[in-house]
Amino acid sequence: MVQYSRTGFDASFAALSDATRRGVLEQLGRADASITDLAGKFHMTLTGMKKHVGVLEQAGLVTTEKVGRVRTCKLGLRRLEEEAAWIERYRRRWDARFDELDEVVEELKRKEKLDGRKKRE
Amino acid sequence: MKNQTTVERRSERELVLARTFNAPARIVFEAWTTPKLLERWWAPKSTGVTLLSCEADVRVGGRYRFEFGHGASKPMAFFGRYIEVTPPSRLVWTNEESDDGAVTTVTFEEQDGKTLLVLHELYPSKEALDRAIAGMPDGMSETFAQLDELLATLG
Repeated sequence: MVQYSRTGFDASFAALSDATRRGVLEQLGRADASITDLAGKFHMTLTGMKKHVGVLEQAGLVTTEKVGRVRTCKLGLRRLEEEAAWIERYRRRWDARFDELDEVVEELKRKEKLDGRKKRE
Repeated sequence: MKNQTTVERRSERELVLARTFNAPARIVFEAWTTPKLLERWWAPKSTGVTLLSCEADVRVGGRYRFEFGHGASKPMAFFGRYIEVTPPSRLVWTNEESDDGAVTTVTFEEQDGKTLLVLHELYPSKEALDRAIAGMPDGMSETFAQLDELLATLG
């Protein structure tokens, strides 16, 4: 049961609140594309498209990679999945520790009760 | 019924973990600050990792060092310093394995004989936490990534 990152979700929803950015995701769902391609498809300046891609990248929805002079964009959902998987492993590690800690705690409780009884006698 | 452990990435630099224990805070705190007790629960048997040594000088400025073994691979260490010790409600330590080490704050909040434990890890930067998550091969985190994988198969 992961209470998944609220900030991550906020960033994702903010990124998805814009029609152009939703269009970019749809486009990248079909094929990877360079910023220049995307700017052309959405009739925007390079600078404008870079901003949109930046927002999507911040939200982990898109990843970009620069090869030579071309920056290629692709869907970045994998990063979010990886983070969720890592958080779940982290949670399980602590959960296993806490199960052991429960036993130590129960033992200390019993001991405290016993000591209390002895003192009263 | 077992108490649930929850985790969330609260911000770019923070992880927050919470769990309730069916005991007063003084008892839970004792289990976190007594080396003999710590070593009984820090490396659960089910993980296949053994705790080779567990030193914890739980005083402000005191150091801790836990060493783990896992099969034939090189032992790994988890170490740092306690910077705040307030029985039975608050414990803060640093992690000095790398520059990416988090500051961990554990609070013990008692209510009706039970204790809500909140463990808060604050990383020095977004990149540090991202690297921890990505398991970048900078020594320790690689080891922990392997450990995490092992835990996942056992979980």
